[in-house]
Amino acid sequence: MEPYLRKENLAVGALLVLGFLAGQALVPALNPYLQAQVFTVGINIILAVSLNLINGFTGQFSLGHAGFMAVGAYTAAVATTRLGLPFALALLMAAAASALMGVLVGAPTLRLRGDYLAIATLGFGEILRSVLYNVDYVGGATGLFGIPRLTSWAWLFVLTVLTVLAVKNLVNSTRGLALKAVRDDEIAAEDVGVDTTQTKVLAFVLGAVFAGVGGALYAHYFFVIQPTTFSFLKSFEILVYVVLGGLGSITGSIVSATLLTLLSAALQQLAALRMVLYGLALVLVMIFRPGGLFGTREVSFESMGQLWRRLTGRQPPAPGPAPLSPLAPGSPDAPDLPEVTGGGTAQDR
Amino acid sequence: MTSILQQIVNGLSLGSIYALIALGYTMVYGIIKLINFAHGDVYMVGAYVAFFAVTLLSVNLGVALLLAMLVAALLGVLIERVAYRPLRNAPRIAALITAIGVSFILENGGIIVLKPDPRAFPDPIQWQQIRLLGGSLVLSTQDLFIVGVTVVMMLLLVWFVQRTRTGRAMRAVAYDMQAAALMGVDVDRTVATTFAVGSALAAVAGVLVGLYYNRVDPLMGLIPGLKAFIAAVLGGIGSIPGAMLGGYLLGVIEALVGGTRFSLFRDAISFALLILILLVRPAGLLGRNVREKV
Repeated sequence: MEPYLRKENLAVGALLVLGFLAGQALVPALNPYLQAQVFTVGINIILAVSLNLINGFTGQFSLGHAGFMAVGAYTAAVATTRLGLPFALALLMAAAASALMGVLVGAPTLRLRGDYLAIATLGFGEILRSVLYNVDYVGGATGLFGIPRLTSWAWLFVLTVLTVLAVKNLVNSTRGLALKAVRDDEIAAEDVGVDTTQTKVLAFVLGAVFAGVGGALYAHYFFVIQPTTFSFLKSFEILVYVVLGGLGSITGSIVSATLLTLLSAALQQLAALRMVLYGLALVLVMIFRPGGLFGTREVSFESMGQLWRRLTGRQPPAPGPAPLSPLAPGSPDAPDLPEVTGGGTAQDR
Repeated sequence: MTSILQQIVNGLSLGSIYALIALGYTMVYGIIKLINFAHGDVYMVGAYVAFFAVTLLSVNLGVALLLAMLVAALLGVLIERVAYRPLRNAPRIAALITAIGVSFILENGGIIVLKPDPRAFPDPIQWQQIRLLGGSLVLSTQDLFIVGVTVVMMLLLVWFVQRTRTGRAMRAVAYDMQAAALMGVDVDRTVATTFAVGSALAAVAGVLVGLYYNRVDPLMGLIPGLKAFIAAVLGGIGSIPGAMLGGYLLGVIEALVGGTRFSLFRDAISFALLILILLVRPAGLLGRNVREKV
């Protein structure tokens, strides 16, 4: 068993504490526009990492992530505005409701494969949106207004970190191996004794829970939620983060969710052009770098250290320096990890 | 009773349109196993080509229709060449993501170039209302025109696929791409033809929708595209008669639901139908069940 108090874990812990304190001091001082960007980045990281658990690590192509986000957002908003419950309880309810929805959607549809699953989950998202649209209790087409702003920097930071750590630890655990086995070859995984259904449902439900939490944070930062916010375009948007970052790379999801959120804020005047660029990026990345910018690689102190040693020549260099991709200027390559082409999306059947 | 009959009549014109788009989906899926998310946007482009042809070049509707089909066919071939062909041997998901990317480009490129506001589609023909059953059932010549054009297109397609060399090549490639290539079929050209034909049919649907709703806008392909996909799955994706059946079935179901107090849930019901079909009979109504090889 690995010791928890390794140098690396301590360093990560110290960085997290520093980051938290820095944000605690800085974020309230930002102007409202920049502050909103910080919160959007955090929420998008939660959404991207949780979708990556389903799409990237388990290979189950879901296009319904916005639906789970909506379940969380509406549950939490109803809990705080209609039922007058505290935020912590609202968050728990959001998580529970989206978990339940994850089971309800996942258990039957996960029998479907590849693009059929994609379409079924897309259909689920649209059904949910249509229902929200027509239920007056949650505001119908106009949505829910006057949700109190309870999402603070502390909530955002803690829940974002929690999501990332939970997904990271899960995919690095024995169960994580089962997830990747299901992704790489479902039949072979079944043969070596992986309960594929249970594994898929687990990934689906956990992904849904974090998406629900992301939705709850969203609702309690932006005051207003409307059914149209959670249409399949939102699911596509989250998918873009995951795919561009790399299906199967948590680091990739974090980096691309951050960069694309900031980029789209910068291009806000050019809404349509932004989406054209997204589309172009999707096509080009799929053609030239189908695993996404990071592939399945992760950035850690270890990989950074290796890169540092290689760059400074303190260690005999690995045979032939791995070239940096032109698409990812300065992407920290971890040279000793084998490059997995195709991003492990091998489910070609 | 007549009101139900009326809804069925309305459903048949809507269903014609779904069926036409679904044919393109089903052909492309049948041949390269790709859900072409951009198909609905090709339909939008077709509608706009006809719109500009009628308003700017003031040609008649028939010429506009042919022009729309031609441009859409070229666009379909271009999309296949640039975005899908490089990925033909890649994992299916990569191609699906690319299709989403192409759809983003077409929709938002459309918003930039064509402006986001809907435009009124000119209607060069004076449609007549035919009253049946003592005036309680209204049948418009427009409905007849839509169904008529659709049926003609379908017959042409069936003839093309069943009777021509290219059609035979398409069936061969759909059955087994490698084997067809070994037998001397030019796979690339056959796939390109499939995209051309499917896109041309989508353009016809776009023009008919323009006439039916009297409007075109850059996002008009979004929902009908998804609906047509549902229709294709409903009938059995990859099957041409299935796409027709699925299109008409979906159109009629939607029209019937539209006539009840659940009309607001119309889209939800279509998607629920999709999920139900996928769970109960994933191969669709007319599809063959293919057992998975282990």
